[in-house]
Amino acid sequence: MTTAHATVTQHVKVKRATKSSWAGLGIAIPVLLVLAAAPYLVERGTQQQLVTLFSLIVLATMWNLLAGYGGMVSVGQQAYVGIGAYGLVYLADTIGLDPFVAVPLAVVIAGLLSIPISFLAFRLVGGYFAIGTWVIAEVVKQITMQIDALGAGSGLSLTSLTELSPGRRIAYVYWLSLIAVVLAVGVTYFVMRSRLGLGFTAIRDDSVAASSLGVRVTRSKRFVFVISAMGCALAGGMIAANTLRITPESIYSVNLSAFMIFMVVIGGLGSIEGPIVGAIVFFGLQQWLSDLGTWYLVIIGVLAIVITLFLPRGIWGLISGNGRIRLFPVGYRLVSPLERFALHPPSPDHADGEPDPKEPT
Amino acid sequence: MAPILEVAGLSKRFGKVITAEDVSFTVEEGSALGIVGPNGAGKSTLLSLITGVLPADAGAIVFDGKDITKISPGARSELGIARSFQIPRPFVDMTVFENVYVGAAFGGDSHGQAGYDTTAEALEITGLLPLSDVPAGQLRLLDRKRLELARALATSPRLILLDEIAGGLTEKELPPLIEMIKGLRDSGVTVIWIEHIVHALLAVVDELMCLAFGKVLALGDPQEVMRSPEVIEVYLGSTFDMGEAS
Ligand SMILES: Nc1ncnc2c1ncn2[C@@H]1O[C@H](COP(=O)(O)OP(=O)(O)O)[C@@H](O)[C@H]1O
Ligand SMILES: [Mg+2]
Repeated sequence: MTTAHATVTQHVKVKRATKSSWAGLGIAIPVLLVLAAAPYLVERGTQQQLVTLFSLIVLATMWNLLAGYGGMVSVGQQAYVGIGAYGLVYLADTIGLDPFVAVPLAVVIAGLLSIPISFLAFRLVGGYFAIGTWVIAEVVKQITMQIDALGAGSGLSLTSLTELSPGRRIAYVYWLSLIAVVLAVGVTYFVMRSRLGLGFTAIRDDSVAASSLGVRVTRSKRFVFVISAMGCALAGGMIAANTLRITPESIYSVNLSAFMIFMVVIGGLGSIEGPIVGAIVFFGLQQWLSDLGTWYLVIIGVLAIVITLFLPRGIWGLISGNGRIRLFPVGYRLVSPLERFALHPPSPDHADGEPDPKEPT
Repeated sequence: MAPILEVAGLSKRFGKVITAEDVSFTVEEGSALGIVGPNGAGKSTLLSLITGVLPADAGAIVFDGKDITKISPGARSELGIARSFQIPRPFVDMTVFENVYVGAAFGGDSHGQAGYDTTAEALEITGLLPLSDVPAGQLRLLDRKRLELARALATSPRLILLDEIAGGLTEKELPPLIEMIKGLRDSGVTVIWIEHIVHALLAVVDELMCLAFGKVLALGDPQEVMRSPEVIEVYLGSTFDMGEAS
């Protein structure tokens, strides 16, 4: 700044991490280590169920990135789930690529396709955007069903993975999925901590004010849109590798969008933890209630309504005391504003009120 | 001095409501232009046209020799145009510090430690430093107005557009604001200031423009503009706070 007020030479101190985030890291690392060892610890069926859970976490995280941070309520993310799933099967079975190369390639293809789609979708706002993304997903599905090489209306089976022994195949897919979920959450976290993420949060709160302060609103939204498409395609690849069979009706189902919305809403929109919690809860409900048939949907619907009414920040909002606990902090806390402007000389670096957490033992 | 802002034939209408009609004026770099005019004259709309939040129907805006009529608000902010909104638009779920840091990090292109310092400075100038970690949604109106100013300052602007920032201030709070804006102008920042409290405006501005029904009614020396018959007529019968021009 160029004003006459600039008389200070001391720097202000800003803190990005919180105590709870270090605690979160302390929990996350052992949990990830145990999860990484799961193929040696639990049976195949359990591993496959965990892959389902991981794909739900990826989907919820991506929908949250789009809606919770980008302010874009999409009902059409199944388009990219489908592209990811079909991409894997086609590239692996027909082209003959290694399935573990085919997945990232399919993800890139989905990202590239989402760029022209964004130009179409961004012409629509609010409810029209939601409907528009759904229509686009239906179009993608219809196009898929016209292509004989993609199995037309009846879908495809993934055969190249079945060359592996079932034990290996399931373990490999499990590890791939674990990497995917860490990647999806990790990328979201680092994007949201970056300057870009600051811009997204500003856009979500007030896009006009954000643009007046220099945030490139459309460019930022397009970036989130593409990242979210790639994440959903990754989940699609996980689903295809896990189930070994895809049909256009299931992989392009609008139910997937409904599930994503449900998970994010019950878990907590606009936080990184919320969608993870929402996915775990949804997965649990699916396991316990799926025998109930339609009642399962009724219970899920009622739960969504109750949480929307009474817990606007979702289950994670309740657990975290409305955001006081943050395992993935993205904010900026001013630690030492006053000493910078005080008349006395600033205190030494480590004396800013944060006690050392541990004595060396 | 060269003009930093040239507005030529700017027009904007909302349906039948004309909010800008063939508006033309220039502002010299490092000077301060005051804008007065009755409510609904199109003053705030003019700022939105200059910052690009609203597209113009016709006309051209040239900033520092560059035609910016078609570029996005974000790009204009990066070039050095900042604005405070008459009705504050805080990022309610972000803290006061984060709100202002958005201005520094994007419009000011100053992130990391340099951005934090710029942010703290803007907070200090506007008296918001003690509220740094408060969610902006919890601020009362006056602090929200200060936040508007702090965010605009944090972009390190070359041209700052202020929309009725003195409204609601007490007579005691007014002089520091006037001094701050003077200081800004004296440091080389060009100021366009919309204000109903005319004596505050006259204490700072080099030129005054009166808008009515989207048209430039008078433009020039502040005292002359205030004495011109057209301006007096527009204000006849309205509660116009002439105050004692200091
Ligand atoms: N987005 C909008 N849509 C429709 N009418 C608008 C919009 N913004 C402003 N107006 C109208 O334009 C006129 C000028 O508004 P404004 O620029 O806010 O006036 P001022 O700031 O001088 O009081 C008013 O009649 C207002 O109702
Ligand atoms: Mg106004």
